[in-house]
Amino acid sequence: MTATLERPATAPSAPPEPRSRRSVPRWAWVLGILALWALAAYVGHGRSTMNLSGGSATELHDGLSQLKRDLIAGRDDNVLMQAVGAVSDVFNAVVEQLQRLVSVPALPRPVPQIGWLGVLGILGWVSLAVAGWRHALGTVCALTAVGLLGYWSTAMDTLVVTLVAVAICVAVGVPLAVLAGTNRRVNAVLTPALDVLQTMPSFVYLVLLTLFFSLGPAIAVALTVLYAMPPVVRIGAVGLREVSPVTLEATDSLGQTRWQRLTRVQLPMARRTMIVGVNQTTMAALSMSVIAGFVDGPGLGKPVIRALSAGMNQVGAGFTAGLAIVILAIMLDRVTTAASERTETIARGGGGSRRTRRIVLAGGAVVAAVLVHLSRTYRSLAEFPETSVGRTVADAAQAVSDWTTDHLSVLTTGIQEAVTTVFINPVQDVVASSPWFVTGTALLALSAVLAGRAGALSTLVCLAGIWLTDLWYDAMVTLTSVLVATLFVMAIALILGVAMARRRTVDRVLRPVLDAAQVMPAFVYLIPVLGLFGPNRFTAIVAGVVFAAPVAVKLVADGVRQVSPTAVEAATAAGSTPWQLITKVQLPMARSHLVLAANQGLLYVLSMVVIGGLVGGGGLGYDVVFGFAQGAYYGKALAAGIAIVLLAVMVDRVARRAAAR
Amino acid sequence: MKPRKASALAGSLATLALALSACGGGDIDDETAANEAKAADAGDCGELNMAVNPWVGYEADAYVVGHVAETELGCSVTYKDLKEEVSWQGFGTGEVDVVIEDWGHPDLEKQYFADQGGDGSAIGAGTTGNVGIIGWYVPPWMVEEYPDITNWENLNKYADLFETPESDGKGQFLGADPSYVQFDEAIVENLDLDFKVVFSGSEAASIAAFEKAEKNRTPLIGYFYEPQWFMSEVPLVKVKLPAYTDGCQDDEKAVACDYPETELKKVVSTEFMESNSPAVGLVQNFQWTNDDQNLIAKYISEDGMSPEDAAAKWVSENPDKVEAWLS
Repeated sequence: MTATLERPATAPSAPPEPRSRRSVPRWAWVLGILALWALAAYVGHGRSTMNLSGGSATELHDGLSQLKRDLIAGRDDNVLMQAVGAVSDVFNAVVEQLQRLVSVPALPRPVPQIGWLGVLGILGWVSLAVAGWRHALGTVCALTAVGLLGYWSTAMDTLVVTLVAVAICVAVGVPLAVLAGTNRRVNAVLTPALDVLQTMPSFVYLVLLTLFFSLGPAIAVALTVLYAMPPVVRIGAVGLREVSPVTLEATDSLGQTRWQRLTRVQLPMARRTMIVGVNQTTMAALSMSVIAGFVDGPGLGKPVIRALSAGMNQVGAGFTAGLAIVILAIMLDRVTTAASERTETIARGGGGSRRTRRIVLAGGAVVAAVLVHLSRTYRSLAEFPETSVGRTVADAAQAVSDWTTDHLSVLTTGIQEAVTTVFINPVQDVVASSPWFVTGTALLALSAVLAGRAGALSTLVCLAGIWLTDLWYDAMVTLTSVLVATLFVMAIALILGVAMARRRTVDRVLRPVLDAAQVMPAFVYLIPVLGLFGPNRFTAIVAGVVFAAPVAVKLVADGVRQVSPTAVEAATAAGSTPWQLITKVQLPMARSHLVLAANQGLLYVLSMVVIGGLVGGGGLGYDVVFGFAQGAYYGKALAAGIAIVLLAVMVDRVARRAAAR
Repeated sequence: MKPRKASALAGSLATLALALSACGGGDIDDETAANEAKAADAGDCGELNMAVNPWVGYEADAYVVGHVAETELGCSVTYKDLKEEVSWQGFGTGEVDVVIEDWGHPDLEKQYFADQGGDGSAIGAGTTGNVGIIGWYVPPWMVEEYPDITNWENLNKYADLFETPESDGKGQFLGADPSYVQFDEAIVENLDLDFKVVFSGSEAASIAAFEKAEKNRTPLIGYFYEPQWFMSEVPLVKVKLPAYTDGCQDDEKAVACDYPETELKKVVSTEFMESNSPAVGLVQNFQWTNDDQNLIAKYISEDGMSPEDAAAKWVSENPDKVEAWLS
């Protein structure tokens, strides 16, 4: 077997053609390559690894750092910097005006223009208008809960930044979506750009944007816009493309102009999908609120990050702030989802009588206006009353965290050490501590086997890029962590996903927990995880797993549930045990979902790489954190950011092509 | 819902609301008027943009100065939570006026101080009176158990105690919060210590690690510093390295000595310094001790007070110190 396997390992440019070589299954090729790789790693251990110690930088990195210094030095006469400056002035002004409206005292008034009761009235009314009275009630409850937690004005800041960013995303993103949805060439250019934007970890955006933007609201908005833009463009374009060609032909034959075709047929028919895009964009925008806190972006990110710097004592405070973000996320998600469903109902002529609707809305508007007036008049209706709720929740969370770290940390340290010694270190020895050309060749060969010629080509390009950043070793340390974390994610996803698909009750209990875990900012659980495992690569991996598992679990659950009931019945009738049913029928038939779950899991884990760097993950994540904190190493951070994107594109491409085959 | 029912509901809601709003003038208008009057006779302090770098000791300084500026000088103070690097960048754009605790950033000084060839957007404003001590620390239980561990010459004897799966068979040295100047890799190498530097990645991670090490009595050695509130919770013990001498850290690769004691400094934007805001004098005069700072830091991090409240409390307890800054 080894004789036939030598070829792809040494000559990766000739990928095996699956059809002519069906005799050797693909997994055998993979195993063979892995074996050879391990052997070569053993022989060449520690040589030519391109390891660069933490405090060193190369000429390339210094050049990039100098670029930043030049840009800052030239901010008074450089055209680009002046344009950026003008944009950030506008962003700052808009956000500050809105803040005076709802969150900070509009001096000389001691309180904002509109107090909490007024905001409740307005947002309740908006929810009523776009999503119906149930959701209006939900909005009012959610906002009240946030206020009770003690984060009213901070939450208003978050909403302001999120809404400004989403408005810009829609204003820029919808025209882009129209272009991409109607013009093939634009789409071909936009798709890879969106791919890069979506695979870039949020912290890397921060590093890039501090090049140009000044502090405060402006950079928070810019950051959020860039991060949240892709979904609305991408999903919007899909919506336009999905409009049935028959409808288009029929209406074209009536002699409509292209403009009429777009505004009368395509846009209305794609409206629902477009709103789904807006929903995704809103969620992405909200998820940036914590990162924005690193550059004085107003909002709930600040208390979360503050809690981080106070160590173990403030885990509870961080948790309540995180909880407020979760509540806002659920609120925005429910309202926008309901809005998209509602456009569908109304477009189909449903949704009750128009007259009723108008009357209810007018009545609601009057109520909202009165509430606004009241909140402008009475102090207690303007400033959210202080309660002990927030403190109680914080204390409870603190107690749980303290108990866990006190009682379990001996056990968890044991687990951490065992997993690191038995699993992470050996993998890292092969991937990172072997000569770079060995690892490079092995990765190319694997891509060729798994993803064919095109996959190998994109791997080659990405690896060359990583090599050029002078951070090969760190990139491979990161790749190790990412691969290990993804394995854990898939293990969890398979166990929980299958359980959820097979038992309704499990699903009902787990799904809300998963939803919340998905929006809970990672920084909230970082400290307890640190308390349990200490700062090291394992902790970084755990943080990635916690972040990525919910998505993967849900995808696996959906996949298994979609397996046709006939097939399941047939297998049960044939006398399959539950184990056989799962392994022989349900999982194989849900294969495409499993692959998707693995792909998403990988990307989610990768987006946590930088946050992993904050807790001892090392590798590229630490380079980014270090360079963001120390100007002299800014270039290294930028190079590391680029390397992370290249890694992400590489694994994403290979996983997708492998799935397609 | 039938139209009639809906309109009746809406109507009654509207009536109720109108009835509510009709009852009398509010308390906000009065306060607005009061604020306007106050603004008219307040001094000419205007706005003060205070950078708040991300550690609790810094917060103590920033909020105390901010509180005094607000209450005594009538400034409207804006606190901006920023990393050091980004704060200095804000001097030139007018977004940051004051960095109240600077641990020494030679590279930033070169870029922004006019007398060092920078663009002149920032300028020093004296020291805070705090002395920063950076060094290698171990948790207190280790000193009880191994009294001679506090001298670097004995570290190799104990290296295997510190071994972890992260440290390749050597002892693990926990590296610093990335924001700080650090030469640990060079020191380890030049003193022939059998250790490997593993980076914690953040202050939070370092604190969590030391906290855990003391609680579970597990070995740990790493980079730490004071003033730092955590020292009042777990009094880490400093390990003696070869003494610092002038210039012994000039060549980054050849460092084989301890970190110097740093006088913490205040840095302000040149624009602010040249303005005639009364806050300039306050910032220049602000002086206190490590104990003062640690006390407020303890109020904030252990007692869970907000920085505003903690600062107000300290100011009310120390009127004489505050008085001296205002003269």
